[in-house]
Amino acid sequence: MKKTFKLEDLDCANCAAGMERGIQALDGVISATVNFMGMKLILEAEDAKWEEVLKAAQKVADKYDTTIVR
Amino acid sequence: MTKKLKKRLQRIIIAAVLFFAGLLMPDAIPYLHEALLVAAYVIVGYDVILKAVRNIKRGKVFDENFLMTIATFGAFALRDFDEAVAVMLFYQVGEFFQTYAINRSRKSISDLMDIRPDYANVRREDGSVETVDPEEVQIGDVIVIKAGERIPLDAVVLEGHSSLDTAALTGESLPRDVAEGDAILSGCINLNGLLVARVLKGFGESTVAKVLDLVENASSKKSTSENFIAKFAKYYTPIVVFSALGLAIIPPLFGANFATCFKGALIFLVISCPCALVISIPLSFFGGIGGAAKRGVLVKGSNYLEALAQADTVVFDKTGTLTRGVFQVEEICPAEGVSKDELIGLAAYAESWSTHPIAQSLRKAYGKDIDEARVTDVNEIAGKGLSAMVDGKMVYAGNRKLIDQIGIDAPEAPDYATVVYIVCEGRFMGYVLINDVIKSDAAHAIRDLKQSGIRQIIMLTGDNQATGERVGKMLGLDQIYTQLLPGDKVDKVEALLAAQKEGAKLAFVGDGINDAPVLARADIGIAMGALGSDAAIEAADIVIMTDEPSKIATAIRIARKTLGIAKQNTVFALTVKIGVMILGAFGKANMWAAVFADVGVAFLAILNSLRALKTEHM
Repeated sequence: MKKTFKLEDLDCANCAAGMERGIQALDGVISATVNFMGMKLILEAEDAKWEEVLKAAQKVADKYDTTIVR
Repeated sequence: MTKKLKKRLQRIIIAAVLFFAGLLMPDAIPYLHEALLVAAYVIVGYDVILKAVRNIKRGKVFDENFLMTIATFGAFALRDFDEAVAVMLFYQVGEFFQTYAINRSRKSISDLMDIRPDYANVRREDGSVETVDPEEVQIGDVIVIKAGERIPLDAVVLEGHSSLDTAALTGESLPRDVAEGDAILSGCINLNGLLVARVLKGFGESTVAKVLDLVENASSKKSTSENFIAKFAKYYTPIVVFSALGLAIIPPLFGANFATCFKGALIFLVISCPCALVISIPLSFFGGIGGAAKRGVLVKGSNYLEALAQADTVVFDKTGTLTRGVFQVEEICPAEGVSKDELIGLAAYAESWSTHPIAQSLRKAYGKDIDEARVTDVNEIAGKGLSAMVDGKMVYAGNRKLIDQIGIDAPEAPDYATVVYIVCEGRFMGYVLINDVIKSDAAHAIRDLKQSGIRQIIMLTGDNQATGERVGKMLGLDQIYTQLLPGDKVDKVEALLAAQKEGAKLAFVGDGINDAPVLARADIGIAMGALGSDAAIEAADIVIMTDEPSKIATAIRIARKTLGIAKQNTVFALTVKIGVMILGAFGKANMWAAVFADVGVAFLAILNSLRALKTEHM
């Protein structure tokens, strides 16, 4: 499944880059792109692990004080 | 300015007042000077410290907040209160401007992309009109578009006529007239009349959604400069932080002044965030892609924009790209004693029953109404032409083979065009030359490309040699390859690719309809005239919505400017950062310079990136 999420409080570009790396490294993620300017996360992950991936992604986002709007 | 940002500004102002008050306090009153400075520090910097603590708990050590906290605490430890407060204050001012600039650029980009229709007026069967979200409209629904409204979905006009502003999709300012039966594309603005239309595609499949999707996702295909920065950022911070540590510890062991070295280390810490680069490089590309979209050029990824800037060879397909793919009478050459009007009249009448494009071009050149009753006994002569009785006279219209068949003496016509010979009552009347029309801006486009330093411009065509070479000469192309079958074009492009110099890219320009394999094979596939053609949008890396070849030079200029800006930012940011670090290591730079090298550089780099958005005159 592939979906685009809006991100809240994404204030620093370096954070966006770190977050992108963090989410890409998660188990079950096929591809993840954090668009700093558009404040968006484009996430593609295995269907079976979708919910887990989302939870784990939010955990990564927490490190950067960013919320993934679902 | 958002509320959050306003609050930050207030804090900065209050802290600045306290700071200057503190500086001016006479030393007579003990601790007042220090108290004011500490108050200023807390007001302006408390969130930085809080964030630093929180991030350490989360195991994220090397973030900016932590580094700023360490750097300012370090200054306090050195009993340099003024500097601690000044640095924090300056840092926050820099952050403030940075956020402001980011918000501004986010806004200008979202304004640019503001072609998404907000609503659709659906007319129900009972005649009532309901306003709904475009996503809820079904195929086959009837929608009403009033003057000034944006067309929400791709549709076909049932009633009404109007002119449409297609600028949002094409960058073209000339309005396009539509009437009953015409297809209208979502994203255009209805300028004057009331239109009633039947929806052809769901919102997700509509032109506007496709265009938006394409531009928004373009940033996921990263350019090499973006990838470089991302990699660089990963190593840059740890390296700088450990160098800082080394600088604070190692020289004092050999007797250097600890305070000076410690200060140098703090300067390193402040400069350790690669933000200026991490923001401004992707922002430049985003701006370039957005700015190109504004001109009707859709770039599907930063990597393609980068490749386009490095293009030195442009290969054009002829038909539909440099020519309009429409036949038009080019020359009317009557035989002795025959007038041009007479000749074209005979041709138009003889071909009056045919729907072939050649026949259409003859009738168009004749330009008068045709009385079909004057034509009888039309006979097709397969592969050669036809015969017909016009006003009771036997007329033949066809190619050379036809002339040879009926055995009439006629001069040889030039071979660069399609020729229609006309014979009336056994007498040769003359011939008409018909050609595919060269686009009005094609020559200008080629000149423009040459001027912008494209090394070779090549044309591929399936036409015969004479036709192809004539077009090539008229437009001033460097190389022409004729009589190519669709499969040959792929081979030709592959051969050209193999001959390319290292690092130089090859762009292929086609109409995207039957040249998808070639588009895919070239370094950069450019499809033209893509407005309303999904196949072309799918197949290409760069899509030109209008059918003007001159947009290619525009796209190349935008690409080069974007890359130039990215380069300027990289060089500028790295030079300032490394320069201040070197000065700091030798005790020659102060904290102010360090903060400038961090947030100041980021701010300037962002401002520079925004120039990529400006593409009006390119």
